[in-house]
Amino acid sequence: MKWVPKNIDRLVEALLQHLYLVMSSVGIALAISLVVGIWAARRPATFNVIVIVTGVLFAIPSLALFALFIPVMGIGAAPAIVGLAAYSLMILIRNIGLGFQSIPRDVLEAAHGMGYGSLRRIWEVELPLALPFIVSGVRIAMVTVIGIATVAAYINAGGLGVIIFEGIDQRFPEKIIAGGLLTSALALFTDYLFAGLERVLRRRSGRVGG
Amino acid sequence: MILVEAFNWILANPGTFFSAFNRHVLMCVISLGIALVIAMPLGLVVARSPRAAFVAINVAGSLRSIPSLAILSAAMPFLGIGLLPSVVALVVLAVPPLLLNTVVGIREIDPSVLDAANGMGMARRDIRWQIEIPLAVPSILAGVRTSAIQVIGGAALASFIGGGGLGDFINAGIAIMNMPRLLVGAVPIALLAILTEVLFGWIERSVTTRR
Repeated sequence: MKWVPKNIDRLVEALLQHLYLVMSSVGIALAISLVVGIWAARRPATFNVIVIVTGVLFAIPSLALFALFIPVMGIGAAPAIVGLAAYSLMILIRNIGLGFQSIPRDVLEAAHGMGYGSLRRIWEVELPLALPFIVSGVRIAMVTVIGIATVAAYINAGGLGVIIFEGIDQRFPEKIIAGGLLTSALALFTDYLFAGLERVLRRRSGRVGG
Repeated sequence: MILVEAFNWILANPGTFFSAFNRHVLMCVISLGIALVIAMPLGLVVARSPRAAFVAINVAGSLRSIPSLAILSAAMPFLGIGLLPSVVALVVLAVPPLLLNTVVGIREIDPSVLDAANGMGMARRDIRWQIEIPLAVPSILAGVRTSAIQVIGGAALASFIGGGGLGDFINAGIAIMNMPRLLVGAVPIALLAILTEVLFGWIERSVTTRR
């Protein structure tokens, strides 16, 4: 342990870059999947097709997916964020769609009967009810993308993967382990944080609904 | 069209392509096989005690949070470069999902089913082989699918630590900015993963609907 204490600032910088990659890609994916989720939840047949297709696409390994973007988008943060957003999208559409589908029909009809317009119904009734599913989707997406984002360093997107790749090139185990453990700590911490949030939300929505 | 160029490159260099392809598949099959031999018996033993199951689930969950890239590259300082460190790393990658699903599959069996078997006078051994394992099969198969996908993706990264495989073409393609070469690696890896996903999904469905 000689390199780590002297390079805390580099590690923090890599960590922040990593967070930037993760947050921006999950953020983009969340916006898209909310729209698609709301739209698809009313169309179960379409939604089933979407679930099957995204499930299959999710299997594509990260290195191959990033490589497939290079001829179109070159290298750097942009193709990395697009690739990471694609992975998040596959997770989020499924969870968010299920969340909106899980809302009982009578609740929607009651809202309609009370004179709610569809925008107000989505905002005040559907979104709060689907929130635990949304948060659980964001949790899985964040944890998955934190791991995959290490590979993004290979296409010059920065992040904690840079430290790992330097460790490989320089045969420097400490860098590999520092980068790997920091990534895994970030993933575990995020998981813990969102699991807590999810519990609070489920308890609250249980009280309101029950 | 670069895809056509990539295809032509494969036609022009079938030897190079197929030796990398075979190595890739071989790496995946060997690691998945070893992981199965480790994880299934371990899962069966661990599932007997609630405490051991709890520990195993949490350890496996934490292991899954370590990125594949870190697991592969961490094998290099200890085991050098080549096939061995890649296979060891891929086994480490494949064990947690298998273990997790084996333990969960067995622990989630309805206790009343086991009580009934017990009440019918079935021996412990028969309960294990005729009740517990068959009922856990769908969950175990889901674990095999997750592991297989992990391993195929991880094997693409093996190229970074000299493990060979299709990742070599992606590496070479990026190094010399040769897009067709890049696709010679990327497209077969993607197709391999998609095919595996579809195949295992189909097996899982046919096993589940039969009961």
